Order: sequence, then structure tokens, then C-alpha cells
Amino acid sequence: MMDNLSLLVQVPVLNIQLLLDGIFVGSIFALAAYGLALVWGVMNVKNLAQGDFVIMGGYIAWWLSIDVNIWIGMPAFNFDFLWISALHISTTAIPFLEFMKPAIHPIFGLPVAVVVMFGFGWFIYITIISRVIGKDMFTSLLATFGLALVISQLLNLAFGPEVQVAESGFEVNSFFDGMVTVANIRFISLILAGLLAAMVITFMKFSRMGQAIRATAQDPRAAKVMGIDTERIYAFTFALNAAICGAAGALISMIWVIQPFFGIAHSIRSFVIVTAAGLGNLPGVIIAGLGLGVAELYSGFVFGAELQQFTVVGLLVAILVWRQIQQSRHRQPVQ
Amino acid sequence: MTFKQKQLALYGILAVAGIAAPFVFPAYTFQITVMWVMILFAVTWDIMGGQMGYNSLGNIFFFGAGMYTCAIVQIGLYYDVAQYTASYGAIKVDFTPEQYFTGLVLGIIAAALVCVVFAVILAHVVFGLRGPYFAIGTLGVTLSAGELTGAWEYVGGGGGIALPVFPGEPDDRALMFYFMGFGLAVATFLFVKWMFSGRFGLAANAIRDDEEKAEGMGIRTMRVKTTGFAVAAFFLGMSGAVFGNMIGFIEPLEVAFPSVTFGIFMVIMCLLGGKGTLWGPVIGATLFHAFKEVTWTYMLGWQWVMLGGLIIVLVVFFQQGVLGWMQEKWPELFGIEVDEGAIATALAGPEIDERPHRGEAAQ
Amino acid sequence: MSISTKFLRALTFGVAAAGLLAAGPASAKVEGDTIILGSAISFTGKYSTNGIHAKNGYNLGVKRVNEMGGVMVGGKAYKLKIIYYDDESTPLRTAQLAERLIKQDGIKFLLGPYSSATTKAMAPITEKYKIPMVEAEGASRSLFTQGYKYLFCVISTSEQYLASSIALAAEIAKKNGKKPSSVRVAMAFENDPFSLDVRAGVMDDLKKFGMKAVIDDKLPRDLSDMSATLTKVKALKPDLLLISGHSKGAVTAARQIKEMKIKTPMIAMTHCESAKIIKKFGDSTNGYLCPTQWAETLNYSGAAFGTAGDYDKLFKATYDGYKNVPYQAAQASAAVLVWKDAFERAQSFDTEKLRDALAATNMKTFYGGIKFSKAGNNIAKPMVLRQIQNGKLNVVAPSKWASHKVDWPRK
Repeated sequence: MMDNLSLLVQVPVLNIQLLLDGIFVGSIFALAAYGLALVWGVMNVKNLAQGDFVIMGGYIAWWLSIDVNIWIGMPAFNFDFLWISALHISTTAIPFLEFMKPAIHPIFGLPVAVVVMFGFGWFIYITIISRVIGKDMFTSLLATFGLALVISQLLNLAFGPEVQVAESGFEVNSFFDGMVTVANIRFISLILAGLLAAMVITFMKFSRMGQAIRATAQDPRAAKVMGIDTERIYAFTFALNAAICGAAGALISMIWVIQPFFGIAHSIRSFVIVTAAGLGNLPGVIIAGLGLGVAELYSGFVFGAELQQFTVVGLLVAILVWRQIQQSRHRQPVQ
Repeated sequence: MTFKQKQLALYGILAVAGIAAPFVFPAYTFQITVMWVMILFAVTWDIMGGQMGYNSLGNIFFFGAGMYTCAIVQIGLYYDVAQYTASYGAIKVDFTPEQYFTGLVLGIIAAALVCVVFAVILAHVVFGLRGPYFAIGTLGVTLSAGELTGAWEYVGGGGGIALPVFPGEPDDRALMFYFMGFGLAVATFLFVKWMFSGRFGLAANAIRDDEEKAEGMGIRTMRVKTTGFAVAAFFLGMSGAVFGNMIGFIEPLEVAFPSVTFGIFMVIMCLLGGKGTLWGPVIGATLFHAFKEVTWTYMLGWQWVMLGGLIIVLVVFFQQGVLGWMQEKWPELFGIEVDEGAIATALAGPEIDERPHRGEAAQ
Repeated sequence: MSISTKFLRALTFGVAAAGLLAAGPASAKVEGDTIILGSAISFTGKYSTNGIHAKNGYNLGVKRVNEMGGVMVGGKAYKLKIIYYDDESTPLRTAQLAERLIKQDGIKFLLGPYSSATTKAMAPITEKYKIPMVEAEGASRSLFTQGYKYLFCVISTSEQYLASSIALAAEIAKKNGKKPSSVRVAMAFENDPFSLDVRAGVMDDLKKFGMKAVIDDKLPRDLSDMSATLTKVKALKPDLLLISGHSKGAVTAARQIKEMKIKTPMIAMTHCESAKIIKKFGDSTNGYLCPTQWAETLNYSGAAFGTAGDYDKLFKATYDGYKNVPYQAAQASAAVLVWKDAFERAQSFDTEKLRDALAATNMKTFYGGIKFSKAGNNIAKPMVLRQIQNGKLNVVAPSKWASHKVDWPRK
């Protein structure tokens, strides 16, 4: 550990590499965390499937970026009903439509992921989330945990458990005699993340819908009285969150790797960031997101990769304890 | 028969069934043992989650802590743990029967004690947190524990530990662990029943209903919460010790601190059965385990999707759990006399105290 | 207390019924003309990529044996069939499934799970029930130091995975007029039983040559980034970078080595083939050294599948989407062949006789020679080291099998 620290001092340029990498990935964490803060703040839903939305977005971008032979039709069906072999049913495959889907660059997959995830989010709201709003806080945690299980397993069944990457094919730039490398895709993803965040913030500030969302967050009953269709606002908010996650996922698939079961790690990251920043504190979310990205890389460097994951969860506990000490003087129950 | 006699008869039937099970279904001993451990999980989770309203997602921490404590004691008594756990199996080990049983018994005791100590320390860390922060904080503690154990070379890190091998026949081994699991589950149940039959139960429920008021009424909330946590830790620690030995090979992330499987299952099982009741967790755990075994056998590949779906349906549509639903549907089964006309009066009247209703401990 | 007798009686019946439902059919070890093998293997979870490769290998082995007329025991031809369970890549599940296979399904002949962790959980149980298991995917040395009698493993143990790359590094250092002890090694191994055992083997080798490990990182389970480790590599400029983390580790490493332009002259990583890194990252993977249990270019051959090359062709024709056949599949097929051979030599379904027959195995297959040591590991087959050269995997070490010269430094 001391070796690693002294290495940082001897070769200070490494700090630039770690900081840059941390900021690149932190910006994506912040994006997903912003979505969580949104649903948490507006509808008091703690979405444990946040990370799985991210991974799902990643899979959409990845799937679009490869050549796929699309085959639509009646699949071959071969199924022993439970163990009763008398109910053995089997049919042969009947194709309706078959064509080769061309590869689309993952950058262009990003808007597709956003749109698809928006629709998916709306669907999930109507089927599940609308029924847990207003119930005790633990309900939303558990329901979304179930959702997380289903999503990750369906992704596994659909795409297999292999680790996937969406290749951008962009150049890599070297600085300081190769000691600092910045893949262009990382830089582009930072810009895209910033752009998306700016769009969402502008939308929330100035659009009619954004104002309605903020009004609902402040006081749902008053908003309702004022003629706001809160149910629609909730649905829109949740769908917006899913869309933001989709974008984050598309970016993650281009700079890191995705796998059906990586969702939980991203969920925890979002919770760490939101807990650290507090709800409705947008600058806080951005700073905490970037901070977490940098902290992960530094701890991986200094303590070794085995403690890189620990940093995330350890920070979560540390932040909670710290806030508790901070608040212990004016203690009040949290809903 | 009076109600009391009926009750005794029931416990008798259940006890006989529990003792006979491994002889009637010898092929299923292992699964039934796991079922008892699941029941223990659910009952201990309910102490904090159901009765006190502290929904912890991190109780499985004690399971893992107990497992590792027991393993360290079992091995440490006779060998150097670091050498034993070295990933390439540097030393071949042999435990005499005497060494095996001494280690196991001492290990289980140590597991229970160490977990109680952990519980008391942790209580000061997590009980200041409320609502979702408590759930997330406890989950964080468990996840950190798993990661830290994985980085701890003394216990083999992510390489895990192969525990000492039972010296006898495999069937005797299965029976021994069966009765350990069964005994622990029964002991836990009886202890919790006794604990909640007195003042402690009332204090716990008061905390759930309104902690500030309870404190105002002079209940030492911190002490009550810590006691509940420590009791859960005590039994979970022992279950971890037994379970680790039954599995035979332990490693930090999947076996000892399975926060997103067992850790969440214990919550789901309580919800399924009906939380805040004595029998709810037991029934929930039994049904859940049966559901799991069936889907794992016949829905291979889709089992987790089914499980996730079950959780969603349960949480969204079936909040009061099996027991709550049954109490509503067939109140007479629960010794509740239904007098349609008097329900309104009963709801307002003081007699309600003698009748269990949904969300309250059936004592 | 408020539960009545009726209710609890109903509960008891419910539990019993659930138990019976869970029971389902209890198949015997041999049903009619079918010999039933059992395996709990990873279809989901972190090992599932390779778990599925292994399953494909098992299935191809069974298919081939059945096509060739099955297994002849006592003058009768038996077909092979495998019962699978999903162990979810966790030893926790493996132990339960081992009990289920043996006690409920009555399986007497087992094929191994995927990974050392799950095999470690399985072996004590099969040992206790005296059920022979032929495993093809658990390479940890610690499996063979415990005196297991019913465990047979067709692959080379894990300390051999990276040994030849270290020997190669020493050789190259000598050629360049340096001492082998001047070689500086960076290591990034996943924190799981297999990779930690590979690491232990590497540490022994390093000691032997007097080399120095300048980086020794353990990669966590949910690893999706190793840029911190690679930043260290950049700063310390080691002569040899070793990576082991199943398929997941190989993909992550290959992507980031490319993105961070790591210039280390020698890079060796396990699971190159099963991770399909050549397909994913193209030219940037040139020069990687990949230890393998088996290669289709080796001149092994046996009765069932013909040569290694024939197996390669048959496998690619049977399963879609494989550019290279992962050795995980080949060795799984070999394990099925070992069972067939043992049945035919034992001429019996008695597990003790089968155990003795397995112990006496000495056969030539497409996968190489198979002969078990007393401890149960295969000692008739070496590991070979391949290098990715222009998108192709060519054998470069040991010299007996080498078809190409090693490229050093890698481009």
C-alpha cells in the first residue's frame, strides 16, 4: 500500500490518469443516480432495479451494435409439462420473417436505448410501481428487488451470461509519453453525459411537465387540487428515470463491460451517491457521482483491486454513519 | 379440549413430525434441514423487521460472521489457520472424531457469542438510521463484510475454506445436521415466543408503532432494540456455524454473506407468511422453500425469473401475507369468533386487545 | 396463541404434499437401456459462460457415444443420458445438488461441475457416498491433496496454467543477455479458488527463478473495470503481465489493455478462447499468450472423435457461434469418454468396480492421453501455451508441441 502511495508521489502524472478515468465513469454514475434521486424525491420510490435498468440500456446499445440475424416466427416447441410425459407437446419451427439486422454504431444506439427504456419504464410504472406508491417505504425496495431479479435473469436468458462490450472503434489519445491515455469514446461519453444532464435539467426547470413534476414532488395533494394529473406525472417521472438509466447503460457498454448480473453494483452506486448528496440536491449528485468514480479508482490503485468494490459499500456505510452523527443533535424521525 | 390443550397437542404433532421427517423421507433430509434453517432465518428477521418495524436487509451478516467464527475455531484449535486455508492446500489435514466434535461444539458456541458482540457494536452504528436508510445501511454493512472477508488472506480470502470432514457415515452426518438445524429452529421459535409474550413484546410493538412516543413513555428504546438485534444475532450465528459445516465448503460472497439471496429471502419469507406474527414467518419460510425447490427442479433456467415474479406479486398484491389473508378469510380458525353485527363495536371496544388482528403479534 | 388444531393439521399436510411434489420422479442409475449420469453445472451466475461450454461438451460426448452404438456392458448396448441441475455458480447450491443427485435421483455416476470452487464443494460429498465422479473443469491443486479416492480429473492442475509463460519469460530474458531474476512480473488474479490457486503456482515459479512480483492485485467478483490496476502497470513497466479471471476477467482486461495502450512486452491470460477476445477486440489482442488444456492443432487422436482437428470440426458444426472451440468443451467431452471406457472395462455398474476401473484408466483420446495419478489428476497430458498471432492461436510452447515461434515483444 505504501509502495502504491509513493508511486503516486513519484509519478504524479498518474494522478491525472486516475482522476480522468474516475471523472469519465463518475459522470455516468451521476447520471443514473440523478434518475434515482428523481423517483425517490418525486414519488418516494427507492428503486433497487436502477442498476438493472442501466444494464438493460447497455444491452440495447450492444445488441444494436452487432450483426444479428433476426428471426420472427413460431419457435420449435418441445416441452414436457412438469414431469407428466403424457403431456409432451412439440412442434416444429415456422418462420414468418427473417432478415439480417445491420450493425448500428453504439453512439446511435444510445437514443434508441433512451426511447425503448422510456417505454419500458412507463410499462413498469403501470404494472408494478403504481401499486406500491404510498405504501410503506419497504414495499418499493422489495418490489423493485424482485424486478431487478426478473430483469437480470431475462437478460441472461436472452443474451447469455457472457460479458459484452459495445466497441466504438474510436482512437485512443496518448499524453505525457503514453503515461496518460484517453480513449476518445470516454471523452465523448463524458460530453454526452453532460449534455443529457443539461437537457434533463432544462426540461425540469422550464417545461410545463417539468414544473408539474416539481410541484408534485413538493406536495402531491396540492398539485392534484391544482389540476395536475399526478398519476401521469408519476408515470412520466418513472419513465424518464428509466430513459436516463438507458442512456447511462449505453455509455457504460462503450467504456466498461456489461453482464446481466452487474446491475446490483450499479444500483448500490446510485444509492451511495444519492445518500451522500441528499434528495433534490442536483449539484450534490454530480459532485458525489464524480467523487465516487475517482474514489473507486484511487482505492483500486492504493489498496489493490480487491478492495475496489469494498470502497463503494464501505463509503455508503461511512456516509450514513457520518450523517447520523451530524444529525444526532436535532434528531427527528425520517418518515 | 381447551384452547391450551389443543395448543399443546399441536406442538406435539409438529415435534413428532419434525423428528420423524428424516426417517420417513430419508432422501430429503438435506432439503428439510435447509427448510429449518430458512424458518430460523424468517423467525429471527421478524424480531426486528416485523415486531419492531426495523426492516433490516443485513441480518445475513450474522450468519456469515458465525460461519467464519466457527470455522476459525474448529481449525485454529488444531492447525495454523493461515496454512490450512492457503489456496493450494499446503497441508493435508486429519481430524480425529474427538477433535472434530470438540471443534464443532466450541465453534458453535463461539459463533453465537461473537455474533452477540457484533450485534451490540453494530446496534450503535445502525440504529440511529431510520426508514430506508436503515435498510440500505444494514445492506451496506453486509456487503462490506463480504468484500472484506474476501480480502482477508488469513481465512483464505476469496478462495474459501474447506471445513473438517465429519468422521462417520454420510447418513449419520445428514441426521446430525438435521437435528442441529431442527433443534436450532425450535429453540429459536420457542425463545422468540417466550420473549414476545411479556413486557419485551409490548415494548417492541410500541417502538414499531411510534418510537418517539414509546421513548416518551419511558421505554428504553435503544436497550430493547439492541436486545432484539442480539437475540437475532445469537441464533443466526449458530445457524451459520451449522450451515457452514453442513455445506462443507465456505467462501465469503456466495456462501457466508449471500446478501442478495438468503439476505433478501428472509424478508420475503416473513412477508409471505405475514410479518409481525409468530407463525407467519414459519409458514412463509415453509411455503417459500417448497416453491423454490419445485421451481428449481421443474423450471430449470426460469427459476430466478419465477422467484422474482413471485416476490413482485407478493409485495404488490399480497402484503398481509398468508396468515393475514387466512385470518381475514377464516377468522374462526384462529380462535376469533366472528359476530358480524358486533365487528364495528368490537373495533372500537377494549375487547379487541384479546383478539389478534393483522399486523399484530399473535401471542 | 391463536392457531387451532385444524389449521396446523392442514399445514402439516401441506408441507408433506409440497415435499412429495418436490420429489417428482426418482430415476435409477440405469433405466432400461440407458445409463444415467448426473451433473450440477453453472447455467447462470458468474461461471455460466464456461458452464455452458462444458455442458455443450458433455452433450456432444454423449451424442457421439450414443451414435457409435453406446456403451457395451455385459453384451448389451446402453445409451448415455445426463441429468443436469443448475448450480448458479455457487458452491452453496452445488452441495445441495450433490445430495439431491445422489440421494433423490439415485445417480451413481457423476460428471463434475464447472470451476474449482464448486468442485471443492462437491468432492467431499461424493467421497462420503463413495460415488465416483469424473470432473473436467476443476483444476485447483487443493482438490488433489486431500486424498480423495472417488475423484478423477481429466485436466492438468492449475499451477501448470501459467508456468510455461514464466519459463518462456525466463528463456527470453536469457536470450537478451539478462538474468531471469531480473524479470518483473505484474499479476492480476480474480479472488476465487481457481485463480488464487493459479496464483499460488505462479508464486512458486517466481521463487524458483528469483523473479519479483511488482503488482499483485486480486480482482473482485463484480469486476467491470481494472483501469486502476492497469495504471499501475503503466507506471511500473513490468516485463510480464499475468491475468486470470475466467472469461469475464479476460474480456475486461483485453478491452482496457487496448484502451490504455499497455505496452508490456509479454501478456499472458487464461480463458482467451472461451472469452472470444479475438472476435471482440481483433488485432489489439495479437501477442497475448494463452495457456490451454487442449488445442485443435495438437496431434492427439482417439477412437471416438478421431483427431483433435476432427473434434474441432464436429463441435463447430454442432453448435453455432464458436470461432474457436474452448478447451472447456473438449475436456468435458473427454470426461464422457472416460466414463464409457470405464464402464466397458469394468463390465459392471458397481461403483467400487467402476472406481477401480477409472483408477486404471490409460487411454488415448482426441483430448490427449488420460491416465490418473493416485490423487486422481491426469498426468498423461501437458498444458500448452498458445499465442495470438495475426488473429490465430498458434502453439508456441512447450517446444515439443510448438508449431510457431513466439513473437517477442508483442506488437
